[in-house]
Amino acid sequence: MKNELREMGYLTYDILREKINLPSEGRLAKGPVAIIECTEDIPCDPCVEACKFGAINKESLITPPTIDYEKCTGCTLCIDICPGLAIFVVNMNYKEGKALISIPYEMLPVPKRGEKVETLDRSGKKIGKAEVIKTRKGKGETFVISIAVDKNLAMQARSIKIQKG
Amino acid sequence: MEKAQRIWRHPILDFKRGRKINFQLKGKRIEGYENESIAAALVASGVKVFGKSKRFNHPRGWFCGIGKCSSCLMRVNGIPSGRTCIIPVRGGMKVELQGREGALPDESNIKAERKEEYVQVLVIGSGPAGLEAGITSRKLGLGTLIIDENPISGGQLIKQTHKFFGSKKEYAGLRGFEIAKIMLAELKKYGGRYLTETSAIGYYGKDGKHKFLAVQKLGDSYRLLEINADNIVITSGANENYLSFPGNYLPGVYGAGGVQTLMNVYGVKPGSKALIVGAGNVGLIIGYQLLQAGVEVKALIEAMPYVGGYLVHASKIARLGIPILLRHTIKEVKGKECVNGATIIEVDENKHPIEGTEKELDIDLVLIAIGLSASTKIPFQAECEKMFVQELGGWIPIYNENMETTIDGVYLAGDVSGIAEASTAMLEGRIAGAAIAEKEGYNPEQARRIKKDSFSELCKLRESSSLKAVAEGKRKCQQKWNEVKNYEK
Repeated sequence: MKNELREMGYLTYDILREKINLPSEGRLAKGPVAIIECTEDIPCDPCVEACKFGAINKESLITPPTIDYEKCTGCTLCIDICPGLAIFVVNMNYKEGKALISIPYEMLPVPKRGEKVETLDRSGKKIGKAEVIKTRKGKGETFVISIAVDKNLAMQARSIKIQKG
Repeated sequence: MEKAQRIWRHPILDFKRGRKINFQLKGKRIEGYENESIAAALVASGVKVFGKSKRFNHPRGWFCGIGKCSSCLMRVNGIPSGRTCIIPVRGGMKVELQGREGALPDESNIKAERKEEYVQVLVIGSGPAGLEAGITSRKLGLGTLIIDENPISGGQLIKQTHKFFGSKKEYAGLRGFEIAKIMLAELKKYGGRYLTETSAIGYYGKDGKHKFLAVQKLGDSYRLLEINADNIVITSGANENYLSFPGNYLPGVYGAGGVQTLMNVYGVKPGSKALIVGAGNVGLIIGYQLLQAGVEVKALIEAMPYVGGYLVHASKIARLGIPILLRHTIKEVKGKECVNGATIIEVDENKHPIEGTEKELDIDLVLIAIGLSASTKIPFQAECEKMFVQELGGWIPIYNENMETTIDGVYLAGDVSGIAEASTAMLEGRIAGAAIAEKEGYNPEQARRIKKDSFSELCKLRESSSLKAVAEGKRKCQQKWNEVKNYEK
């Protein structure tokens, strides 16, 4: 196993940029698109079948998936299928100054629409406030939560923390 | 007290508890629910100490939760050394700490009958490997019987709440406990028999005929089963590895798998503030599951300078705020009767602790997730030839590509043949089941096809770097099998 990848103890944006082909600025500006944060050779393929548009591809069972950003509509149906909870949908064309980020969520309590939450980056660091815009109960009890965050946080915000009280 | 220890709401699981019952611990009334184990009911009631160790009189409590470690032995209805983690609690039961040695009762009130059985295929263990071996051999026309000493079938699948990797044929995308349900339904559909609470206690085969003795628990009585079988598939799984450090015996230091059983099968909280030791997949996954059960995770530590498990699993817990501390080990656990704090320490590149880097953690729960060792007692007692295979976690019985050991008609599948993961276990079970059908002439063509397909699936899995070492270890076992068989000739 290439252990230098795992020296941080988790996936970071720098590793991601190096390892996967992210959507271009132009594609991001057009609207919602899925980003698969899966960089290792895991024998796993449910994401391929989950995509109704044939946008997700795997060369073999163990190669990391690739995504055709032109075919991807950002529908979010792959988010709750991925066993690694590694797929996120980013919509940079949501609102002036705001991006809409959809993430998988399997904790309690499930936040409500309109609820203000804190948003965290990949390392678990709190990076700002977010508003819950949509919640959807997906396959197998996994929720998909869509949050509005400041645009400059779109590539960092990957988790939420419910505020107490 | 009870409300704090039981999990009533869970994001994934819906705990279906049985009828509320009362039982006694040293004459004190304890509440429990039917269908849960005595040990789970005790932890749920705040009882952590189950007994004292023989040599140093140290407290003992929950550890593995699946009948393997002997940490939970108690006197149950007068009978000593009951493995309380796999005995279902019943109303009116009398449970006692048995002292340092389990003395036999003054007069025996053990009711036991004896029964002889014959089956074409006996499968020991009902995890993913055992169920698949049973389903496949039954589907191809053989008479099968699966026995398991646990009260619930499904092996370790029943406590897995995460969605599985893999491909569709091995149920990818479904959660472990859901896969167990599907496999059991499949077994029933083909008319495969299975017995729970039935422990295989010894192999007594001779002259090429196989015989296993097993003890079946029937409520308060027992039945000694003498099972004659043409073929045996041993799928006895694995034990959790242990770690040496001061205080490691204290109740509250639990196996990560043991906690999954307590928390995800029985819906009982193991503690409130946890430290996880080991950043392999089991350690990373248990971190996520603890958060789902409402347990705070103070840290996950790992002695190596990198995470051993998949980055996606590590990322799941990192972004929820669990600190992953690499190059750290546990120095000691504090407490008298149970865990009350721990000291962790940084290690250098040779894994030696660096003095002055100690940190105190306020925790009441330590999870040991540093790997597994194959549960090889049964194949070794049957005198299957063995070898030491580093890649597979220790001494392993050797076997050929059909998963057959050096004893004709005795097969292995799953972790007992070397530690891997659930998809591998299923495929090996399928290969063993199909190999038996092929040999016995039951739908041999279909059997050969199933075997071939399963081999090619296994090869695909083993291209993954995480399974490369396992593949190498298993190749060594097969090579050794050939050497031994050639020498015999």
